[in-house]
Amino acid sequence: MWRRGAALLRPAGFDELGLRRALVGWMLPFLVAAMAILAALALGGVLGASALARHWQIGPAAVLTVQVPRPAVPVDGASGASRLDHAVTLLRATPGVAAARPLGEDELTDLLRPWLGTDAERMTLPLPGVVEVRLTDGAVLPADLARRLDAAVPGSLVESQGPWLRRLSALARSLQACALAALILVAGIAVAVVGVATRAGLAARREAIEIVHGLGATDGYIAARFAARITWLAALGGFLGAILALPVLAGLAWLAAPFVNTGADMAMEPGVIAALPRSLWALLPGLPLAAGLIGWVTAQLTVRRWLRQLP
Amino acid sequence: MLLCDNIGLSYAGTGQPETEVLRDVSFSVPEGAFRWLLGPSGAGKSSLLKLMYLAVRPTRGHLTILGQDIATAPRQALPLLRRRIGVIFQDFRLLSHLSAFDNVALPLRLAGRPEGPLRADVSELLRWVGLARKINQRPDELSGGEQQRVAIARAVITRPELVLADEPTGNLDDAQAERLMQLLHELNRLGTTVLVATHNDNLVNRHPAPALLLDEGRLRERG
Repeated sequence: MWRRGAALLRPAGFDELGLRRALVGWMLPFLVAAMAILAALALGGVLGASALARHWQIGPAAVLTVQVPRPAVPVDGASGASRLDHAVTLLRATPGVAAARPLGEDELTDLLRPWLGTDAERMTLPLPGVVEVRLTDGAVLPADLARRLDAAVPGSLVESQGPWLRRLSALARSLQACALAALILVAGIAVAVVGVATRAGLAARREAIEIVHGLGATDGYIAARFAARITWLAALGGFLGAILALPVLAGLAWLAAPFVNTGADMAMEPGVIAALPRSLWALLPGLPLAAGLIGWVTAQLTVRRWLRQLP
Repeated sequence: MLLCDNIGLSYAGTGQPETEVLRDVSFSVPEGAFRWLLGPSGAGKSSLLKLMYLAVRPTRGHLTILGQDIATAPRQALPLLRRRIGVIFQDFRLLSHLSAFDNVALPLRLAGRPEGPLRADVSELLRWVGLARKINQRPDELSGGEQQRVAIARAVITRPELVLADEPTGNLDDAQAERLMQLLHELNRLGTTVLVATHNDNLVNRHPAPALLLDEGRLRERG
């Protein structure tokens, strides 16, 4: 029933400064909700760009593929090895190659499914053998690799996604930085909005503040009353914003899922809600908390600074 | 208790040449004394009271209240000092959104008094000032005299060591004014120092006590 705070005992909800009248209505929660929606979208942008950058950096960017037509045909010579095995042996012996792995039939079928549909495995297409080659960190593709492979296994084709994927990766990192900057900007605007609301409350309740101050209220006591009210309104706005942003984020995550997930995941086509990354599920509840924290800190600082004009 | 030593007070920031509203004011009021503060309008009575209830600080001189030098006291020390001073304002300064009970209870709540004994004390005092049936009324539902009684109750609820009153009978009829003076004398008998600023000569004549007379910001005489 009684709230104990700052060594004071007072009835819960006792509004000696009349802040429920001065800081009333939906303006502050509405503005904070708008900020929270923007923050949620920026947060989604940070996480999405981060996922894309990570996927491209540890995925295809570090990989080149080698296609070997007629993979099962033996190469010329006494070894009797197939063209595919010969290409794999040559690749594994190449400096800078961390791993060279021929894809299995199932993996080839998965790769073809987006273009040929679920009947890809039943088609009798002459598929080439595909070798996935992963380079060691910082390794540079030998300039003569394609020529050497073609000499050893005629008709083989080297495909390196490195250059354009590195550009995509740089683009993703740039998007990530922009989203982060937007997040910081939104937080700054939220601070300004809360500051203006607090100052409006101070102006509206100046007389009551002076009376309570004259009766012996400390700066901390008055600031705590404002901070409690502002924190509640800001957290409410943050909660509403997070709720409103949820469907938009889920839709974007669903659209982005094929670009982030592997080929096998693409085929599964997760539901809209399930597409939302776990990290976003963990961060969205933080929006009301962050809004409340911004409200509390801003109100405390604004009120304490304002009170310094009183003796 | 109260010691003013060559006090000067001027208000800055009006854009006009700074003039002192109080000049070279020196006096002392011993603990447990009763004093009238007299003088024509504009003499500086309200400014002197403001200094004493810590709404402003002197621009020069030394002011000691309840043993604390106000000129040198840190700002964070003043709230505790304010709780030891009760002030009765001419314009009441009640919080319009609070009931009479909550207005009177406010100083006790600010001081951290537990709610149980607080309720009994506030109810008793409101009964004493004749507002037992109006404890839940807000100021705008009370007459001027009733509001003044709420303000008086709020000023004395903490049993302050110093009571300052600025024209406290201005909105009271003779009977109510007399009742207020009885309360102030009762507090004074219990050891509270009381300083009352007034224009009401009849009141001063009915309750003779030493007086401080201010004129044009200077202390003219001591009675």
